[in-house]
Amino acid sequence: MDVLDEAIARPRPTDEAELAIWRLAATVVDPEVPVLTIEDLGVLRRVAREGERVVVDITPTYSGCPAVDAMRDDIVTVLEAAGYSDVTVRTVLSPAWTTDWMSADGARKLEEFGIAAPAPRSTDGRVSLGLGIRCPHCGSMHTRELSHFGSTSCKALYVCQRCQEPFDLFKAH
Amino acid sequence: MNHSNHVVSSAITAEKIADSSVVAPDAHAEYALALGDDALVLAHRLGEWITNAPELEEDVALGNIGLDLLGHARSFLTYAGSAWNRSEDDLAYFRDEAQFRSRQIFELPNGDFAQTIARQLIVSAYFVELYRALAESSDETLAAIAAKASKEVAYHLDHSVQWLQRLGLGTDYSRERMQAGLVVMWPFVDELFRADPFAEALESAGQHGVAVDVTALRPAFDALVPRLVVDAGLEVPELPAARGGGRGGIHSEALGPMLAEIQVLARAHPGATW
Repeated sequence: MDVLDEAIARPRPTDEAELAIWRLAATVVDPEVPVLTIEDLGVLRRVAREGERVVVDITPTYSGCPAVDAMRDDIVTVLEAAGYSDVTVRTVLSPAWTTDWMSADGARKLEEFGIAAPAPRSTDGRVSLGLGIRCPHCGSMHTRELSHFGSTSCKALYVCQRCQEPFDLFKAH
Repeated sequence: MNHSNHVVSSAITAEKIADSSVVAPDAHAEYALALGDDALVLAHRLGEWITNAPELEEDVALGNIGLDLLGHARSFLTYAGSAWNRSEDDLAYFRDEAQFRSRQIFELPNGDFAQTIARQLIVSAYFVELYRALAESSDETLAAIAAKASKEVAYHLDHSVQWLQRLGLGTDYSRERMQAGLVVMWPFVDELFRADPFAEALESAGQHGVAVDVTALRPAFDALVPRLVVDAGLEVPELPAARGGGRGGIHSEALGPMLAEIQVLARAHPGATW
Protein backbone atom coordinates (compact mmCIF):
# COMPACT_ATOMS: atom_id res chain seq x y z
CA MET A 1 0.00 0.00 0.00
CA ASP A 2 1.54 3.30 -1.00
CA VAL A 3 1.66 6.39 1.18
CA LEU A 4 -1.44 7.98 -0.31
CA ASP A 5 -3.51 4.80 0.09
CA GLU A 6 -2.25 4.44 3.63
CA ALA A 7 -3.49 7.98 4.38
CA ILE A 8 -6.94 6.95 3.14
CA ALA A 9 -6.94 3.67 5.06
CA ARG A 10 -5.62 5.15 8.31
CA PRO A 11 -6.29 8.91 8.39
CA ARG A 12 -4.32 9.64 11.54
CA PRO A 13 -4.73 13.16 12.88
CA THR A 14 -1.76 15.51 12.67
CA ASP A 15 -2.55 17.29 15.94
CA GLU A 16 -0.52 15.70 18.76
CA ALA A 17 -3.36 15.67 21.29
CA GLU A 18 -5.71 14.09 18.76
CA LEU A 19 -3.05 11.59 17.74
CA ALA A 20 -2.78 10.48 21.37
CA ILE A 21 -6.53 9.79 21.39
CA TRP A 22 -6.25 7.99 18.05
CA ARG A 23 -3.56 5.70 19.49
CA LEU A 24 -5.82 4.80 22.40
CA ALA A 25 -8.82 4.14 20.16
CA ALA A 26 -6.56 2.11 17.87
CA THR A 27 -6.05 -0.46 20.64
CA VAL A 28 -9.68 -1.61 20.33
CA VAL A 29 -9.98 -4.96 18.54
CA ASP A 30 -12.65 -6.49 16.35
CA PRO A 31 -14.72 -8.66 18.75
CA GLU A 32 -15.08 -11.38 16.10
CA VAL A 33 -11.44 -11.32 14.98
CA PRO A 34 -9.60 -10.30 18.13
CA VAL A 35 -6.15 -10.29 16.54
CA LEU A 36 -7.10 -7.28 14.41
CA THR A 37 -7.38 -3.78 15.79
CA ILE A 38 -9.89 -1.39 14.31
CA GLU A 39 -6.88 0.50 12.95
CA ASP A 40 -5.57 -2.63 11.18
CA LEU A 41 -9.00 -3.08 9.62
CA GLY A 42 -9.32 0.50 8.43
CA VAL A 43 -12.51 0.79 10.48
CA LEU A 44 -11.17 3.69 12.58
CA ARG A 45 -11.85 6.71 10.39
CA ARG A 46 -11.34 9.90 12.36
CA VAL A 47 -10.55 11.28 15.79
CA ALA A 48 -11.27 14.91 16.64
CA ARG A 49 -11.57 17.13 19.66
CA GLU A 50 -14.42 19.60 19.75
CA GLY A 51 -13.79 21.58 22.93
CA GLU A 52 -14.04 19.06 25.77
CA ARG A 53 -15.80 16.56 23.57
CA VAL A 54 -13.97 13.77 21.76
CA VAL A 55 -15.54 12.55 18.55
CA VAL A 56 -14.46 9.23 17.04
CA ASP A 57 -15.73 8.06 13.66
CA ILE A 58 -15.80 4.39 12.72
CA THR A 59 -17.17 2.72 9.62
CA PRO A 60 -18.90 -0.67 9.47
CA THR A 61 -17.34 -3.40 7.37
CA TYR A 62 -20.79 -4.52 6.18
CA SER A 63 -24.05 -2.54 6.50
CA GLY A 64 -25.53 -4.87 9.10
CA CYS A 65 -22.36 -5.75 11.00
CA PRO A 66 -23.34 -6.09 14.67
CA ALA A 67 -19.71 -5.83 15.81
CA VAL A 68 -19.99 -2.06 15.36
CA ASP A 69 -21.93 -1.76 18.61
CA ALA A 70 -19.27 -3.66 20.56
CA MET A 71 -16.49 -1.58 19.00
CA ARG A 72 -18.34 1.61 19.89
CA ASP A 73 -18.68 0.55 23.52
CA ASP A 74 -15.04 -0.54 23.70
CA ILE A 75 -13.81 2.80 22.33
CA VAL A 76 -15.84 4.69 24.93
CA THR A 77 -14.52 2.40 27.69
CA VAL A 78 -10.88 2.81 26.64
CA LEU A 79 -11.11 6.59 26.33
CA GLU A 80 -13.02 7.04 29.57
CA ALA A 81 -10.40 5.01 31.38
CA ALA A 82 -7.80 7.42 29.99
CA GLY A 83 -9.73 10.38 31.40
CA TYR A 84 -11.79 11.54 28.44
CA SER A 85 -15.24 11.95 29.93
CA ASP A 86 -17.22 13.18 26.93
CA VAL A 87 -16.81 10.70 24.08
CA THR A 88 -19.06 10.40 21.07
CA VAL A 89 -18.57 7.56 18.60
CA ARG A 90 -20.23 8.03 15.26
CA THR A 91 -20.76 5.58 12.43
CA VAL A 92 -19.85 6.87 8.99
CA LEU A 93 -20.85 5.13 5.77
CA SER A 94 -18.87 7.12 3.25
CA PRO A 95 -16.39 6.41 1.84
CA ALA A 96 -17.49 2.76 1.90
CA TRP A 97 -15.11 0.42 3.70
CA THR A 98 -13.01 -1.97 1.64
CA THR A 99 -10.67 -4.82 2.54
CA ASP A 100 -8.01 -2.91 0.60
CA TRP A 101 -7.70 -0.79 3.74
CA MET A 102 -6.50 -3.72 5.82
CA SER A 103 -2.88 -3.19 6.89
CA ALA A 104 -0.14 -5.59 5.81
CA ASP A 105 0.46 -6.27 9.48
CA GLY A 106 -3.24 -7.01 9.91
CA ALA A 107 -3.21 -9.46 7.00
CA ARG A 108 -0.23 -11.27 8.52
CA LYS A 109 -1.89 -11.51 11.96
CA LEU A 110 -5.05 -12.77 10.30
CA GLU A 111 -3.17 -15.62 8.61
CA GLU A 112 -1.49 -16.54 11.89
CA PHE A 113 -4.91 -16.64 13.52
CA GLY A 114 -6.07 -19.19 10.91
CA ILE A 115 -8.11 -16.90 8.66
CA ALA A 116 -7.04 -16.48 5.03
CA ALA A 117 -6.47 -12.81 4.22
CA PRO A 118 -8.40 -11.07 1.45
CA ALA A 119 -6.87 -10.65 -1.99
CA PRO A 120 -6.68 -7.11 -3.38
CA ARG A 121 -9.88 -6.16 -5.18
CA SER A 122 -9.85 -5.59 -8.91
CA THR A 123 -10.10 -1.86 -9.42
CA ASP A 124 -11.64 -1.90 -12.88
CA GLY A 125 -14.99 -3.15 -11.62
CA ARG A 126 -14.67 -6.59 -13.16
CA VAL A 127 -15.19 -9.59 -10.96
CA SER A 128 -11.94 -11.44 -10.63
CA LEU A 129 -11.83 -15.15 -11.31
CA GLY A 130 -11.43 -17.32 -8.26
CA LEU A 131 -7.70 -17.15 -7.71
CA GLY A 132 -6.37 -19.84 -5.47
CA ILE A 133 -6.90 -19.26 -1.77
CA ARG A 134 -4.01 -20.42 0.35
CA CYS A 135 -4.77 -22.61 3.36
CA PRO A 136 -3.65 -20.68 6.48
CA HIS A 137 -2.91 -23.98 8.25
CA CYS A 138 -0.70 -25.90 5.81
CA GLY A 139 -0.07 -23.38 3.04
CA SER A 140 -1.59 -25.51 0.28
CA MET A 141 -3.27 -23.74 -2.63
CA HIS A 142 -5.45 -26.82 -3.12
CA THR A 143 -8.55 -25.43 -1.39
CA ARG A 144 -12.20 -25.02 -2.26
CA GLU A 145 -15.12 -22.87 -1.19
CA LEU A 146 -17.65 -24.66 0.99
CA SER A 147 -19.95 -21.70 1.31
CA HIS A 148 -20.15 -18.15 0.01
CA PHE A 149 -21.02 -17.04 3.54
CA GLY A 150 -19.39 -17.76 6.87
CA SER A 151 -19.64 -17.14 10.58
CA THR A 152 -19.68 -13.36 10.12
CA SER A 153 -20.62 -11.04 7.27
CA CYS A 154 -17.00 -10.54 6.30
CA LYS A 155 -16.03 -14.19 5.89
CA ALA A 156 -16.61 -17.17 3.56
CA LEU A 157 -16.08 -20.80 4.48
CA TYR A 158 -13.33 -22.83 2.80
CA VAL A 159 -11.81 -26.26 3.22
CA CYS A 160 -8.28 -27.37 2.46
CA GLN A 161 -8.08 -30.43 0.19
CA ARG A 162 -4.63 -31.32 1.47
CA CYS A 163 -4.82 -31.03 5.27
CA GLN A 164 -8.64 -31.41 5.24
CA GLU A 165 -9.06 -28.55 7.68
CA PRO A 166 -11.88 -26.07 7.20
CA PHE A 167 -10.96 -22.40 7.47
CA ASP A 168 -12.45 -18.93 7.07
CA LEU A 169 -11.55 -16.56 4.26
CA PHE A 170 -11.83 -12.85 4.95
CA LYS A 171 -13.66 -11.94 1.72
CA ALA A 172 -12.27 -9.27 -0.57
CA HIS A 173 -14.89 -6.52 -0.41
CA MET B 1 -7.17 12.32 -4.31
CA ASN B 2 -8.38 14.56 -1.50
CA HIS B 3 -6.88 14.16 1.87
CA SER B 4 -9.12 11.65 3.57
CA ASN B 5 -9.82 13.89 6.55
CA HIS B 6 -11.76 16.05 4.20
CA VAL B 7 -13.63 13.10 2.72
CA VAL B 8 -14.56 11.75 6.11
CA SER B 9 -15.60 15.02 7.69
CA SER B 10 -18.15 15.51 4.94
CA ALA B 11 -19.53 12.02 5.42
CA ILE B 12 -22.99 11.47 6.80
CA THR B 13 -23.32 9.44 9.94
CA ALA B 14 -26.11 7.70 11.76
CA GLU B 15 -25.13 9.55 14.93
CA LYS B 16 -25.14 12.87 13.14
CA ILE B 17 -28.63 12.07 11.98
CA ALA B 18 -29.60 11.17 15.52
CA ASP B 19 -28.00 14.41 16.72
CA SER B 20 -30.28 16.21 14.26
CA SER B 21 -27.29 17.87 12.66
CA VAL B 22 -28.45 16.17 9.47
CA VAL B 23 -32.19 16.31 8.97
CA ALA B 24 -33.75 14.74 5.93
CA PRO B 25 -35.96 17.09 3.94
CA ASP B 26 -39.50 15.76 4.19
CA ALA B 27 -39.85 14.47 0.64
CA HIS B 28 -36.45 12.76 0.89
CA ALA B 29 -37.57 11.07 4.11
CA GLU B 30 -40.78 9.77 2.50
CA TYR B 31 -38.72 8.20 -0.25
CA ALA B 32 -36.09 6.78 2.14
CA LEU B 33 -38.83 5.20 4.25
CA ALA B 34 -40.16 3.32 1.22
CA LEU B 35 -36.70 1.97 0.38
CA GLY B 36 -36.16 1.05 4.01
CA ASP B 37 -39.44 -0.86 4.20
CA ASP B 38 -38.49 -3.00 1.20
CA ALA B 39 -35.22 -3.98 2.89
CA LEU B 40 -36.75 -4.47 6.33
CA VAL B 41 -39.51 -6.79 5.17
CA LEU B 42 -37.18 -8.95 3.09
CA ALA B 43 -34.63 -9.09 5.92
CA HIS B 44 -37.28 -10.58 8.18
CA ARG B 45 -38.36 -13.15 5.62
CA LEU B 46 -34.75 -14.28 5.16
CA GLY B 47 -34.30 -14.51 8.91
CA GLU B 48 -37.15 -17.04 8.97
CA TRP B 49 -34.84 -19.48 7.16
CA ILE B 50 -32.38 -19.66 10.04
CA THR B 51 -32.51 -23.26 11.36
CA ASN B 52 -34.89 -24.17 8.49
CA ALA B 53 -32.70 -24.09 5.39
CA PRO B 54 -31.80 -27.30 3.51
CA GLU B 55 -28.27 -27.22 4.90
CA LEU B 56 -26.40 -25.41 7.64
CA GLU B 57 -24.42 -23.33 5.15
CA GLU B 58 -27.69 -21.94 3.80
CA ASP B 59 -28.96 -21.03 7.26
CA VAL B 60 -25.79 -18.97 7.48
CA ALA B 61 -25.98 -17.60 3.93
CA LEU B 62 -29.61 -16.47 4.07
CA GLY B 63 -29.08 -15.11 7.58
CA ASN B 64 -26.08 -13.12 6.37
CA ILE B 65 -27.99 -11.72 3.40
CA GLY B 66 -30.83 -10.78 5.73
CA LEU B 67 -28.34 -9.06 8.04
CA ASP B 68 -27.01 -6.93 5.19
CA LEU B 69 -30.57 -5.97 4.27
CA LEU B 70 -31.36 -5.13 7.87
CA GLY B 71 -28.34 -2.83 7.80
CA HIS B 72 -29.71 -1.07 4.72
CA ALA B 73 -33.14 -0.79 6.38
CA ARG B 74 -31.64 0.71 9.54
CA SER B 75 -29.77 3.35 7.56
CA PHE B 76 -32.81 4.31 5.49
CA LEU B 77 -35.18 4.36 8.47
CA THR B 78 -32.79 6.36 10.63
CA TYR B 79 -32.44 8.92 7.88
CA ALA B 80 -36.20 9.04 7.25
CA GLY B 81 -36.89 9.39 10.97
CA SER B 82 -34.60 12.42 11.22
CA ALA B 83 -37.26 14.42 9.37
CA TRP B 84 -39.96 13.63 11.91
CA ASN B 85 -37.93 13.24 15.09
CA ARG B 86 -38.61 9.50 15.12
CA SER B 87 -36.08 6.73 15.62
CA GLU B 88 -35.57 3.71 13.38
CA ASP B 89 -37.35 1.65 16.05
CA ASP B 90 -40.33 4.03 16.13
CA LEU B 91 -40.74 3.54 12.41
CA ALA B 92 -40.17 -0.21 12.39
CA TYR B 93 -42.31 -1.10 15.39
CA PHE B 94 -45.03 1.52 15.59
CA ARG B 95 -46.49 1.73 12.12
CA ASP B 96 -49.36 -0.48 10.99
CA GLU B 97 -49.68 -2.56 7.87
CA ALA B 98 -51.22 0.14 5.66
CA GLN B 99 -48.40 2.52 6.62
CA PHE B 100 -45.77 0.15 5.26
CA ARG B 101 -44.68 1.02 1.74
CA SER B 102 -42.85 -2.13 0.73
CA ARG B 103 -43.44 -3.56 -2.70
CA GLN B 104 -45.38 -6.80 -2.41
CA ILE B 105 -42.72 -9.23 -3.61
CA PHE B 106 -40.76 -8.68 -0.40
CA GLU B 107 -43.55 -9.80 1.92
CA LEU B 108 -44.57 -12.96 0.02
CA PRO B 109 -44.13 -16.09 2.12
CA ASN B 110 -40.83 -17.88 1.66
CA GLY B 111 -42.42 -21.02 0.24
CA ASP B 112 -39.84 -23.71 -0.33
CA PHE B 113 -36.12 -23.03 -0.78
CA ALA B 114 -36.46 -22.75 -4.57
CA GLN B 115 -39.19 -20.13 -4.21
CA THR B 116 -36.95 -18.12 -1.89
CA ILE B 117 -34.10 -18.39 -4.41
CA ALA B 118 -36.46 -17.22 -7.18
CA ARG B 119 -37.23 -14.10 -5.15
CA GLN B 120 -33.57 -13.56 -4.28
CA LEU B 121 -32.66 -13.73 -7.95
CA ILE B 122 -35.28 -11.17 -8.93
CA VAL B 123 -34.81 -8.72 -6.09
CA SER B 124 -31.01 -8.94 -6.02
CA ALA B 125 -30.88 -8.08 -9.73
CA TYR B 126 -33.26 -5.19 -8.98
CA PHE B 127 -31.21 -3.97 -6.00
CA VAL B 128 -27.97 -4.07 -8.00
CA GLU B 129 -29.44 -1.66 -10.55
CA LEU B 130 -31.27 0.45 -7.97
CA TYR B 131 -28.29 1.05 -5.70
CA ARG B 132 -25.89 1.58 -8.58
CA ALA B 133 -28.15 4.44 -9.69
CA LEU B 134 -28.91 5.72 -6.19
CA ALA B 135 -25.17 5.95 -5.41
CA GLU B 136 -25.23 8.92 -7.82
CA SER B 137 -28.04 10.65 -5.90
CA SER B 138 -27.67 14.34 -5.13
CA ASP B 139 -28.74 13.46 -1.57
CA GLU B 140 -25.43 12.64 0.14
CA THR B 141 -26.94 10.31 2.71
CA LEU B 142 -28.90 8.26 0.20
CA ALA B 143 -25.82 8.09 -2.03
CA ALA B 144 -23.64 6.87 0.87
CA ILE B 145 -26.11 4.16 1.91
CA ALA B 146 -26.44 2.99 -1.70
CA ALA B 147 -22.70 2.98 -2.40
CA LYS B 148 -22.16 0.69 0.57
CA ALA B 149 -25.16 -1.52 -0.25
CA SER B 150 -24.09 -1.89 -3.88
CA LYS B 151 -21.18 -4.17 -3.09
CA GLU B 152 -23.30 -6.31 -0.80
CA VAL B 153 -26.24 -6.88 -3.17
CA ALA B 154 -23.88 -7.87 -5.99
CA TYR B 155 -22.70 -10.72 -3.76
CA HIS B 156 -26.32 -11.65 -2.98
CA LEU B 157 -27.04 -11.88 -6.71
CA ASP B 158 -24.08 -14.18 -7.15
CA HIS B 159 -25.42 -16.47 -4.42
CA SER B 160 -28.87 -16.72 -6.02
CA VAL B 161 -27.44 -17.37 -9.50
CA GLN B 162 -25.38 -20.26 -8.15
CA TRP B 163 -28.49 -21.86 -6.68
CA LEU B 164 -30.60 -21.10 -9.75
CA GLN B 165 -28.14 -23.09 -11.83
CA ARG B 166 -27.72 -25.86 -9.33
CA LEU B 167 -31.47 -26.40 -9.01
CA GLY B 168 -32.35 -25.69 -12.65
CA LEU B 169 -29.65 -27.98 -14.01
CA GLY B 170 -29.93 -30.56 -11.23
CA THR B 171 -32.51 -33.33 -11.20
CA ASP B 172 -35.94 -33.29 -12.83
CA TYR B 173 -37.41 -32.77 -9.39
CA SER B 174 -35.16 -29.82 -8.48
CA ARG B 175 -35.87 -28.21 -11.85
CA GLU B 176 -39.60 -28.63 -11.32
CA ARG B 177 -39.42 -26.97 -7.90
CA MET B 178 -37.22 -24.12 -9.21
CA GLN B 179 -39.65 -23.51 -12.07
CA ALA B 180 -42.58 -23.50 -9.63
CA GLY B 181 -40.75 -20.92 -7.50
CA LEU B 182 -40.28 -18.65 -10.48
CA VAL B 183 -43.97 -18.97 -11.34
CA VAL B 184 -44.95 -17.76 -7.85
CA MET B 185 -42.60 -14.77 -7.86
CA TRP B 186 -42.67 -13.64 -11.48
CA PRO B 187 -46.02 -11.78 -11.42
CA PHE B 188 -44.52 -9.45 -8.79
CA VAL B 189 -41.59 -8.37 -10.97
CA ASP B 190 -43.68 -5.75 -12.71
CA GLU B 191 -44.45 -3.82 -9.52
CA LEU B 192 -40.74 -3.41 -8.71
CA PHE B 193 -40.27 -1.36 -11.85
CA ARG B 194 -43.44 0.74 -11.65
CA ALA B 195 -42.96 4.44 -11.00
CA ASP B 196 -42.41 5.13 -7.31
CA PRO B 197 -44.90 7.75 -6.07
CA PHE B 198 -42.37 9.07 -3.55
CA ALA B 199 -39.77 9.48 -6.29
CA GLU B 200 -42.35 11.21 -8.46
CA ALA B 201 -43.21 13.58 -5.61
CA LEU B 202 -39.53 14.59 -5.43
CA GLU B 203 -39.46 15.18 -9.17
CA SER B 204 -42.62 17.26 -9.20
CA ALA B 205 -41.22 19.32 -6.32
CA GLY B 206 -38.26 20.13 -8.57
CA GLN B 207 -35.89 17.90 -6.58
CA HIS B 208 -34.25 16.27 -9.56
CA GLY B 209 -31.44 13.78 -9.09
CA VAL B 210 -32.45 12.65 -5.60
CA ALA B 211 -34.50 9.54 -6.37
CA VAL B 212 -34.02 6.80 -8.93
CA ASP B 213 -36.53 6.38 -11.75
CA VAL B 214 -37.03 2.63 -11.47
CA THR B 215 -38.92 2.45 -14.76
CA ALA B 216 -35.57 3.17 -16.43
CA LEU B 217 -33.97 0.15 -14.72
CA ARG B 218 -36.22 -2.44 -16.37
CA PRO B 219 -34.17 -2.86 -19.58
CA ALA B 220 -31.08 -3.82 -17.56
CA PHE B 221 -33.13 -6.36 -15.61
CA ASP B 222 -34.66 -7.75 -18.80
CA ALA B 223 -31.24 -8.06 -20.38
CA LEU B 224 -29.92 -10.12 -17.47
CA VAL B 225 -32.46 -12.15 -15.56
CA PRO B 226 -34.39 -13.92 -18.35
CA ARG B 227 -31.07 -15.03 -19.85
CA LEU B 228 -29.95 -16.43 -16.49
CA VAL B 229 -33.24 -18.32 -16.19
CA VAL B 230 -32.94 -19.82 -19.68
CA ASP B 231 -29.27 -20.69 -19.16
CA ALA B 232 -30.33 -22.65 -16.08
CA GLY B 233 -32.62 -24.79 -18.23
CA LEU B 234 -35.77 -23.02 -17.01
CA GLU B 235 -38.53 -21.04 -18.63
CA VAL B 236 -39.31 -17.40 -18.08
CA PRO B 237 -42.93 -17.45 -16.90
CA GLU B 238 -45.45 -15.63 -19.06
CA LEU B 239 -47.99 -14.50 -16.53
CA PRO B 240 -50.09 -11.39 -16.00
CA ALA B 241 -48.61 -8.90 -13.54
CA ALA B 242 -49.89 -8.86 -9.98
CA ARG B 243 -51.93 -5.81 -9.02
CA GLY B 244 -49.29 -4.43 -6.68
CA GLY B 245 -49.82 -1.26 -4.73
CA GLY B 246 -47.31 -1.78 -1.93
CA ARG B 247 -46.00 1.78 -2.10
CA GLY B 248 -49.56 2.95 -1.44
CA GLY B 249 -49.96 0.69 1.59
CA ILE B 250 -51.85 -2.07 -0.22
CA HIS B 251 -50.50 -5.44 0.80
CA SER B 252 -51.15 -9.14 0.48
CA GLU B 253 -52.44 -11.10 3.45
CA ALA B 254 -48.84 -12.07 4.22
CA LEU B 255 -47.63 -8.76 5.63
CA GLY B 256 -49.96 -8.38 8.63
CA PRO B 257 -48.97 -11.59 10.43
CA MET B 258 -45.31 -10.83 9.74
CA LEU B 259 -45.59 -7.36 11.27
CA ALA B 260 -47.37 -8.83 14.28
CA GLU B 261 -44.32 -11.01 14.86
CA ILE B 262 -41.84 -8.17 14.32
CA GLN B 263 -43.72 -5.69 16.49
CA VAL B 264 -45.23 -7.66 19.35
CA LEU B 265 -42.34 -7.29 21.78
CA ALA B 266 -41.82 -3.57 21.25
CA ARG B 267 -45.56 -2.95 21.56
CA ALA B 268 -46.05 -5.14 24.64
CA HIS B 269 -43.15 -3.42 26.41
CA PRO B 270 -42.88 0.13 25.01
CA GLY B 271 -39.47 1.65 25.61
CA ALA B 272 -37.85 -1.67 26.49
CA THR B 273 -34.20 -2.02 25.54
CA TRP B 274 -32.20 -5.19 25.11
